[in-house]
Amino acid sequence: MPDSELVPIAPATTVSRPIYEHPWAVRFSHWANAVTVTIMTMSGLRIFAAFPSFGPKIPQKNLIDGVPAAISLGGWLGGALQWHFTFMWIFAAGGLLYVVSQLASGHYRTVIFTPRDVRGVWPMVRHYFFFGPKPAAAGQYNALQKLAYTSTIGFGALSLLTGLVMYKPVQLSALGVLFGGYHNARTIHFLAMCGMLAFIPGHLVMVALHGWDNFASMVTGWKRHPEYVVGSK
Amino acid sequence: MPNLKLKRFLARRPDRAGGPVVGGQPPSHVTRRELLKLSPLVLLGGFAVPAWRDRLLETGVRWSDAASGLFFRHDHLVESHPDRDVVPFEKFPYNFYDVLEPDIDFPHWTLSVGGAVARPGKYTLDQIRALPKATHNTRHVCVEGWDVVGRFGGARMVDFLTMVGADPRARFVTVTCADEYYESLDIETALQPQSLLCYEMYGRPLDRGHGAPLRLNLPTKLGYKQAKYLMTLDVTHVLPAQRSYWADEGYSWYAGL
Repeated sequence: MPDSELVPIAPATTVSRPIYEHPWAVRFSHWANAVTVTIMTMSGLRIFAAFPSFGPKIPQKNLIDGVPAAISLGGWLGGALQWHFTFMWIFAAGGLLYVVSQLASGHYRTVIFTPRDVRGVWPMVRHYFFFGPKPAAAGQYNALQKLAYTSTIGFGALSLLTGLVMYKPVQLSALGVLFGGYHNARTIHFLAMCGMLAFIPGHLVMVALHGWDNFASMVTGWKRHPEYVVGSK
Repeated sequence: MPNLKLKRFLARRPDRAGGPVVGGQPPSHVTRRELLKLSPLVLLGGFAVPAWRDRLLETGVRWSDAASGLFFRHDHLVESHPDRDVVPFEKFPYNFYDVLEPDIDFPHWTLSVGGAVARPGKYTLDQIRALPKATHNTRHVCVEGWDVVGRFGGARMVDFLTMVGADPRARFVTVTCADEYYESLDIETALQPQSLLCYEMYGRPLDRGHGAPLRLNLPTKLGYKQAKYLMTLDVTHVLPAQRSYWADEGYSWYAGL
């Protein structure tokens, strides 16, 4: 059983009580990831620029012609690999901290997208993009948020696993079989990065729209004026 | 059920732990303490300090190399692909760092062997060819990200090291090349049964661009470890100051797959 139950708040008449929304491990891994995903992406682009293709070496068909220094890191392939090989540990540690804490605390139930959430997606999309009515809050996260968070976590895990296959295609050959070996793992690694990056613009827009209290709760854990209340057992 | 203490720590909710919550916001000492819990993240700022950055990144690479060594399994063989997966010879890239065809006196070529070996000296290609020949179709992975499956043949390094009487306690094998390239390997990799002193590709003697007359073929390493145009080979207990051409430029030294 979840140790908390989320119930929709009654309209404005209720006095809102601040809630402790984000446990330490969630906030810690969130900010660690904000840094780490940025660094892994920028250094990854520089690494990609060394062979900007998913096809054969001969003949080589480049998809891009170099990457701008402003969005890449490391200066050259060797420098970028140093960033990548250093921050892969921090990325993995942050991901592990998040997943273990979510599982151990049961908090994952508020985040994970389940088949039950499918029918909640369209009303949220209609609300955000087509001026539809705002669906009543049914928990800490709405169906669209759950979909976004769950898929991003999935893409993060995918990038880690395919990265491991590229890093150790021989020693981890059993894992490599899952992704079709080194060559395909490299392509999937890139797609997983795209999946993770796709989350960020929408996330930042939503954070900006929801204002300071929402942002502050990812720093201190506490949210003033929540749109929902946490019911005690 | 995971460790209860851990579970309690991770799930701790100050709003239920008896902390007073009055009015519209939690007391400032509560939020301050919560903020302090994020303070270890400040350490990441070390990477923004130019004076520390290179050392931190170097440490990261060395850490990764050390972990890679732990991953290595001597008995875990690299997949040898069926012949149909081997790319045609003309699609196996030539990679080099300054000259593709360095000057070599082929008729008089020998491999000079030294260091911690019982029988140092100059070894001819015929002596190396006299060792049992191994061939395999293995994936060659470049640090740049491309990969090709090629066919390689040669003498197992382990057989050669046995022939020259390498000290079993030695830790490294170093090589130098006709083009002033140089490399070094951990002994575990050198002893892996698919690590070859390679004199053949695609069933033909190595051509000059691929490292004639002798190169390393190491299916458990990235391409830049697989030095070409070998001239000397030493068995050592310590790494020389010049470890590896590309590792000295900043690549990973271990570079294990």
